[in-house]
Amino acid sequence: MSEVSGVWADLVGQEPTVAVLRTAARAAAARLAAEAAKSAGEGAAPSQPAGRSGMTHAWLITGPPGSGRSNTARAFAAALQCERQGCGECTACRTSLAGTNPDVTLVRTEQLSLRVDEIRELVRKSAMSPVGRRWQVLVVEDADRLTEQAADALLKSLEEPADRTVWVLCAPTVEDAVPTIRSRCRLLVLRTPPTTAVAQVLQRRYAVSPDLAVFAARASQGHIGRARALATQEEVRARREQVLSVPSKLRDLAGCLTAAASLVELAAEEARAATAELDATEKAELERALGVTGSGGRGPRPRQLQAAQKELEDQQKVRAKRLQRDALDRALLDLVAFYRDVLVVALGASAELVNEELRDDIERRAHANRPELILRQIDAILACRDAIAANVAPLLAVESMTIALLEPTRR
Amino acid sequence: MLSPMATKARSAPSEGEALGGVTLVLGPEDLLVDRAVAAAVASVRASDPDADLTELEAASLAPGALAELTSPSLFASARAVVVRGLDTLPAEAADAVLSYAKDPQPDVALVLTHRGGQKGRGLLDKLRKARVRVVACEALKSYELPTFVIREARGAGGRISEEAAQLLIESVGSDLRALAGAASQLISDAGGVITEEAIRAYFAGRAEVTSFAVADAAVTGRTAHALEQLRWALRSGVAPVLVTSALASGLRGLAKLAGAPRGLRDGDLAREIGVPPWKVKTLRGQLRGWSQEGLATAIQAVARADADVKGGADDADYALERAVLAVSRARSEG
Ligand SMILES: [Zn+2]
Repeated sequence: MSEVSGVWADLVGQEPTVAVLRTAARAAAARLAAEAAKSAGEGAAPSQPAGRSGMTHAWLITGPPGSGRSNTARAFAAALQCERQGCGECTACRTSLAGTNPDVTLVRTEQLSLRVDEIRELVRKSAMSPVGRRWQVLVVEDADRLTEQAADALLKSLEEPADRTVWVLCAPTVEDAVPTIRSRCRLLVLRTPPTTAVAQVLQRRYAVSPDLAVFAARASQGHIGRARALATQEEVRARREQVLSVPSKLRDLAGCLTAAASLVELAAEEARAATAELDATEKAELERALGVTGSGGRGPRPRQLQAAQKELEDQQKVRAKRLQRDALDRALLDLVAFYRDVLVVALGASAELVNEELRDDIERRAHANRPELILRQIDAILACRDAIAANVAPLLAVESMTIALLEPTRR
Repeated sequence: MLSPMATKARSAPSEGEALGGVTLVLGPEDLLVDRAVAAAVASVRASDPDADLTELEAASLAPGALAELTSPSLFASARAVVVRGLDTLPAEAADAVLSYAKDPQPDVALVLTHRGGQKGRGLLDKLRKARVRVVACEALKSYELPTFVIREARGAGGRISEEAAQLLIESVGSDLRALAGAASQLISDAGGVITEEAIRAYFAGRAEVTSFAVADAAVTGRTAHALEQLRWALRSGVAPVLVTSALASGLRGLAKLAGAPRGLRDGDLAREIGVPPWKVKTLRGQLRGWSQEGLATAIQAVARADADVKGGADDADYALERAVLAVSRARSEG
């Protein structure tokens, strides 16, 4: 493995992509140097950018959830702003990674789609020169949430970018991006990082025990944020354990309904844990911004404040709903992994199990049920994911799934 | 600890009962929290009509701010300081709150709200030890809702029977604010006694009533009546998703009753299933003719209909008719 350091250090298991981006950052730096030399020397404008190979002005980074799309985009932004192409220590690197660099704009949305006015604002910015001496980098973290209209607004800027502007778009898969956008970007595909690589990072960065690191890496199936949460938070592990206890609770119809309700409630709990603090901080910030301070806020609240509070609360509700949906989806994926493990054993394949610690239960099921049934169970969970994505009432969708998971011998 | 129900927090505040102390309003039920806070503030105003009110979020409370807000004032008027969301209090401000609770100012009422849960638990325990006044605002369980409605009606100077209270809940939903609003509205309209007829008249054509009528007919195998009710509901503008939701909730109750341990008394059974006690009898009647397999099939059919309706099936009405038929058939076949 080549030495990977600076801003690239935590892009776990993405060596091929990192190599491409490092080459690009070097080419970009060479171009800046050549331009500086030319304008200092002959004074003629550079006709053809030097160091053109390797660098391009529009990138599309794809990869499965948790593979580190947005971290990769930030690392690349830092490498473009850094005098040493991503040392990880200078101000340019740190501000770029933190999202506070004036020449690095990070756009993400908690909503279900990116609005066209947000994109127009971004396009307006993209036409300007960078504040500093290097590049203006615009990162769209949820390019899969661009509406058609927003994508159209973006197109022209991708086709004829300003001289020092670099676009970096991120999406789960290339199919998630609007075709017209896709064809104008250089594509980078992140892979699911190998378990060992994730485990190493967990041990190095969070000083967790090797056993816990391996467990978290395996259980997260390459989702780095999830692996970190599993490794460092007891309650996340506890919730996962409860999710995986669901199959053993499916003994009769009432058991199916109870299990379904608990899955939905676990997701709600996770969303609440994720949002409670954030909601309150945002509320407090809003009050401060509108002049309600600790000692000045006496008397009735002004109408403007109430309107702003209402708007904030609406946004927070949308976010909570999305987080709850995401959490439920993650729980369903954990269940898919469980039944896949059963299938692997039933088919006699000797692969590593995602749920090694449940091996006894998995082997018992593998011997008791035919592969066709196990496949049907996996299909039922996938169908439930689709149903929830299509807005079916989550509890009803999950009830329908747990009923389908019921094994005939027990029914 | 005081009663979790609204009536206590609502009843006329005794003069200045919150003054000179700390009131901890604990729990997630917004309506009850708001009432408890309002009652505390009212009790301060009762003893000093010119009392000052300061409201702020705990998350924005700097360590020194509390001392400033509660420090003795030259102008000696009473003050109410309401700090909402103690669960998000910055850790460095906790000591200030606690030491104030141990030695409160006589002319200040400090009111703290906390949604419950694990966050800030340590501070809560210490506050309890410091003998602050606690008002519990727990979320109500579904079987507690009728009692809530009955007390609301009484509080508004009227009466409602348990059956009528349940009908009101089915018509309005479980949101306490909406329930309280509907109860007081109906009392003032109907002049004292809220009857089932008054509720039906008030909510005539309202989505929830008619979608529940469809579900009741379908789960009891009255197919023709169910289809009739369905057409009528859709014509009067009931959203299709409310029908699938009513069907699902009807079947859910039956499945839970079918799976409940035998030999439970109705009260315990009601708790187990999550319905009010009188509803157990209704459910038992509806359960006749159903098998577990039949219920399982019916729930899956309703889930499919919900997907059809939401996925923009060309004909949502037809998807619902099919679901009603599937439910009836699952009953007779199972
Ligand atoms: Zn650097």
